[in-house]
Formats: sequence, structure tokens, C-alpha cells
Amino acid sequence: MKLLVTLKRTPQRDARIRISGEGAALDLDNVQFEVNPFDELAVEEALRIKEARGEVEVVVVSVGAEECEQQLVSAMAMGADRAVRVHHEGQPDSLQVAKALAAVVEREEPDLVLSGKLAVDDECGQVPAMLAGLLGWPQASQASDIELSEDASEATVVCEVDAGLETVSLALPAVIMADLRLNEPRYASLPGIMKAKKKPIATLGIEELGALGSTRSRVTGFRALEDKPPGIKVGSVEELVQAFEEKKLI
Amino acid sequence: MADTLIIIQAMGNELSKSNLAAAGFGREAAAASGGAFDILLLGPSASGLSAAAAGLGGGTVFTMSSTELEVYTAEAFAAAAAAFLADHPYRLVAAATSSATKEYFPRLAALLDVPMASDVLKVESVDPQKVILTRAVFVGNLLATVELEAPQALATCRSSEFEPQTPGGETSTVEPVEMPAGLASSGKTFVGIEAASSDRPDLKEADIIVSVGRGTRGPDEGIPLCERLADVLGAALGATRAVVDAGWLANEFQIGQTGKIVAPEVYVAIGLSGSIQHLAGMRTSKTIVAINKDPEAPIFEVADLGLVADLFDAVPELTAALESRGG
Repeated sequence: MKLLVTLKRTPQRDARIRISGEGAALDLDNVQFEVNPFDELAVEEALRIKEARGEVEVVVVSVGAEECEQQLVSAMAMGADRAVRVHHEGQPDSLQVAKALAAVVEREEPDLVLSGKLAVDDECGQVPAMLAGLLGWPQASQASDIELSEDASEATVVCEVDAGLETVSLALPAVIMADLRLNEPRYASLPGIMKAKKKPIATLGIEELGALGSTRSRVTGFRALEDKPPGIKVGSVEELVQAFEEKKLI
Repeated sequence: MADTLIIIQAMGNELSKSNLAAAGFGREAAAASGGAFDILLLGPSASGLSAAAAGLGGGTVFTMSSTELEVYTAEAFAAAAAAFLADHPYRLVAAATSSATKEYFPRLAALLDVPMASDVLKVESVDPQKVILTRAVFVGNLLATVELEAPQALATCRSSEFEPQTPGGETSTVEPVEMPAGLASSGKTFVGIEAASSDRPDLKEADIIVSVGRGTRGPDEGIPLCERLADVLGAALGATRAVVDAGWLANEFQIGQTGKIVAPEVYVAIGLSGSIQHLAGMRTSKTIVAINKDPEAPIFEVADLGLVADLFDAVPELTAALESRGG
């Protein structure tokens, strides 16, 4: 069985992101990068499937410039078997990334694609569902539990939806998007880190993959949220009720 | 032909506040483009909701339902919307952000080969070649201006940021549309749904939310005190991720970056410290009230009214005071 996990290189969660200059770009000079935490959940899930079933190959893929190889290595240090990087220097939009990944899927022919439900930087949450649409595969999102059937022909997924917990069954191959409660990702062990240095990373050029189309979505500026006027602290419940009344909240 | 189409998932008996806010987005987009907006009701209660939808200020309300849309699946809804749009092209196609649109709208964008903006807060401009929108990034700490450069584009809109339209006199024409057969993708089977039923208002509909954090120490300790407060206020109940992770409340109560994003009139945060991820889900609430025994808790930085107190004393006292007012 082959599992393909997509991952994105994102600024460290909780890093303070500053705007540079007039807001045309971000100041990422002193920012560390990591595997997008939601994609880390997807890598972990793939590894658990591998450990439970045996004879499973876990391939990780990322679309980006050379630096994102650091994140592919991190995933291989956790236990992924090999990596593929689609070389792209610029700022591809979600649909372009999805098309690049679709081309990788067509080459690799995985049984299941696992992805984080969103990236913590742009929070668009579009790529995996776009990928499913391009492939014509069934999809499940906000997954908090995944069970594969004995013969790996289908997956039963519990999805955290607005109304509660929805259970769906997907015929494989399919795309599943990981959510926070799916699992708790492991830390890479020292032997894992050493082994990862020897695992292969294949690099594919865009030209090899076919047309991605032009970039049609771009961010042209950033700005900070407007500052809120400071609130007041009250000293007692009585004062709180008074404040409620003054503000006509009740 | 209008420029903007608002797609509403027609599953229940009433138009939700989110649906009414999506119509508000339609109005804003129409004003920006100098055009108008139409509505597509997609789902089993499409014709049932058409009269109400016809009073939202759109030009035409289309209804599309079939056995394949009885149960929501991303595959069927994306395919149905794509089939509709093949015959009825629109410049901008939008829907309110929900767990459903988060997964079927990108799929639809891929089927149509068009760019998409997620969870938009504001429409800046709409012209035939370019749409400019504002959205939040980096856990809601920054605003980004996004340009979609294409003759057709998709967007999901954050319903708390748009004015819910009040259904008025019916001014739209209603047009049923035939759904092409065999569109629902095989490969997905809906097995079941576990949803809490409650007398309390829905989190996305409520004017007042009482939200509980880890400081409440769980369903055997502080949560029932907060539930009583919610009852007196007629409020919905919300929770932080920590509370849901601990199994104290189900996932549908979660407010935050990865839960629901809300902006009610009043948000009462009890025993919750205010992590960045939680703030992302509620910081634009009109009035934020915080009760926490830690004066350094980050929630106090966004609270309009703050009370540093032990919630185990303060919450019952507050509930009693409100009850005796008859409020």
C-alpha cells in the first residue's frame, strides 16, 4: 500500500509575524520554519497506518523552493520512507499547488493522500479539496479518526463538522484532511534523524509535470488589525451587572 | 444576468443567520460591481426556502434539489453547483463559510478551474478582470488584501462580518432548475451524524455566548455553573479547544482558529486564558466580558469588561444577580 502525504513549509506556529515596510510583504528574516502542524498530523497518521499494517510505503511531497527539503527531511526523520519535491521558486496559488500535486499523484499512484486541513500561515484550506476535485476522488475533511478496511479498499472517517461528528465511508483512492484531534504527532528520534539523511528526495521540475496555469490569486498587501480601545476592569459582580446595564447588554 | 451568485445549502426549515449574512455579502458584491446578485438554493429544502430567499434582495432565486442532494456530501454539492454554473455563468460565486463550504467550495473551484478566496471579511472591489477582497491570515493576527485575477472567481465569506439581510417583501423571481442525473460521485457514503441537541441557541445564531475554558475544571465542577448563567442570559454555550480536547464538551462547541468563528453582541469568557487561536475565533465580538482569576490572562487584553475573580464565586453570584433583576 502506498500513502502520499502532502506537506507545506510554514513559519513556526506562534511566531510573531511582522509586516515589512508599507505592508507589501512580511518580515520573515528572523523566523524559523517547520512542517505545517496540520500536515504533521497527516504524516503521523500515515506512519500509524504503516505500523499497523506493515508493507506500507509513506511518501511525503512538498511544492516549493530548495529550503522546503528541510521539512521533507523532518517528515522522513519521523519515519516517512522517501520524499518528492516539486521545484517552484515563486508564490504559486492554491490551484497551481493542487495541479502540481495531482501530477505527482498520477506518477506515484498512491492508495490514499493525506493532508493537513489547512496551513497555519495563509489558512486558505483549499489545496487538498482542490486536489480531490482535480483527481475526481472522494474526500473527507476535518478528520478526527480514520479506519481502513482490512483489504484497504475503503476508509471510514469521522469528521468534525459544524453540527457535531459525521461519519463517512470513502472508497479508495481518496483524499483525507487531518484535523487537530486525529492524533498526537511523534517527535523524531535520534536514529530517525540519522536515517533520514540517507533517504531519497526526488526533485521534479514544473515542466515535467505539465501546465499549472498562471498565478491568479495573490496577496498584494498586509496590515495589522486595528487596535481596540482598552477595556475596563470592574471590582465586583455588582459593578459588572451595573456595567451590563449601562451598556444596555441586558 | 447578474454578476454575483450566492449559494445557500438548503437543508433545514429556515434560513439561518449565516445564510442571511451571505445575502449581505451578495449585496456588498453587487454594490461593488455595479450589478446585482442571484441566489442558488441547493439541497432538499430548496423549494421550501424559496419564498423566504425571494425576500432577500436578489434578482432571481434558483432552486435545485434531487435525491442525490438529500444528504450533504462535498462531491455531490460541488458537482451540482458546477453543473448549474455551466449553464449560468457568474462573475463571482460565494457562500458563507461553514464546515461544508470549507470542503466543497475548493473542490468546486478545481472543477471550474478558477481561483478562490477563503473566509473573506470584506469586498474591496469587483470588476470584470479582478476581484479584490480582504481576509485574515496568521491566526487572525494580520489582514491580507487578496487579488483574484480571472473572469470568474469563488469566495467563502465569514458570516459574522456581513449584515444579515432581513427577509422583506418578495422581490425575486423563483426558478426551479433541473439537476442533471448521475452527478453524485460514487465513492462517498454518508454513514451517520452525532449531533448534540439543545434548547440553547446555535453558536452561529446567538446574540450572547457564554464560553468556558479549562479554568472551569470540567462538567462536574464549573461547567454547570456556566450553563446556568447561559440559561439566564438566553445564551449559546461555547468552549475552547482545551475543553473539547479534554472531552468536557463536544467538538461543535469549539470556538477558535480551527473551530467556529463568531462575533456576537456579547461574549462572556469564563475561566479561559485567551490563547491566540481562541482569540482568532471571537475577537470581533461587539462586547467581550472576561471572568478569570489570573489578572495576567491574555483575554483581558481584548476584554471590554474584565473581572478578576474566582469563577466559582463570581459566576453563581452573577447568575443570581441577573435572575433577581428578572433579566
